[in-house]
Amino acid sequence: MADNEKNKATIIAHSGDMDKIYSALIVANGALSMGMEASIFFTFWGLQRLKKDGLEKGPLSKMNMFGLGKWMVKRKMKASNVASLERMLQDFVELGGKILACDMTMEIMGIKKEDLRDDLVSDYCAVGTYVNEARESAITLFI
Amino acid sequence: MAEIKVDCIGETCPVPLVETRKALRKAEPGDIVEVIGTHPSSKKEIPMAVKALGLELLEVTDEGDTWRIRIRK
Repeated sequence: MADNEKNKATIIAHSGDMDKIYSALIVANGALSMGMEASIFFTFWGLQRLKKDGLEKGPLSKMNMFGLGKWMVKRKMKASNVASLERMLQDFVELGGKILACDMTMEIMGIKKEDLRDDLVSDYCAVGTYVNEARESAITLFI
Repeated sequence: MAEIKVDCIGETCPVPLVETRKALRKAEPGDIVEVIGTHPSSKKEIPMAVKALGLELLEVTDEGDTWRIRIRK
């Protein structure tokens, strides 16, 4: 591969919806598996999922129906043997993925480092870090 | 040279791809990683990853619904 070829995926996880966090982690883990670097910038509702015990707490983006829809989808996912979000997040970190936490969201939502899974976070940062990562990326997504 | 087996039978996207990558990262150069699974797309996509990683795809075989992919690091 040429030195100047872009080989990174940078994803903004803005939504905290369960299905969208799945999409972010699946794409990121796919990129890592195929030899790319990957980072996920967690902001706004996405950042809620990095709170301690928060990863699985997101609603379904459509037809959540006060949790009934989510319960049905989770049951289907279990029957299809879909990996848990926790496993996907652990795989992401094991394969060298970077977790970036938006410090402005922390400020406006009153979230402290100790509220988050600090051991998983590579950096607390802002838009400049995202842009610097994204400009080197072949894939960048806003989810 | 070690031979590393990865069993992904019954696993779905993205687990076979991710488990293959995890095994390849841990393998030493020259080691063989053998992955078996049933997820149809992974049979096509693991070879894509092997190519992207610049490794050697030794063989892809089928036994019923189960595929077997052998890779040399």
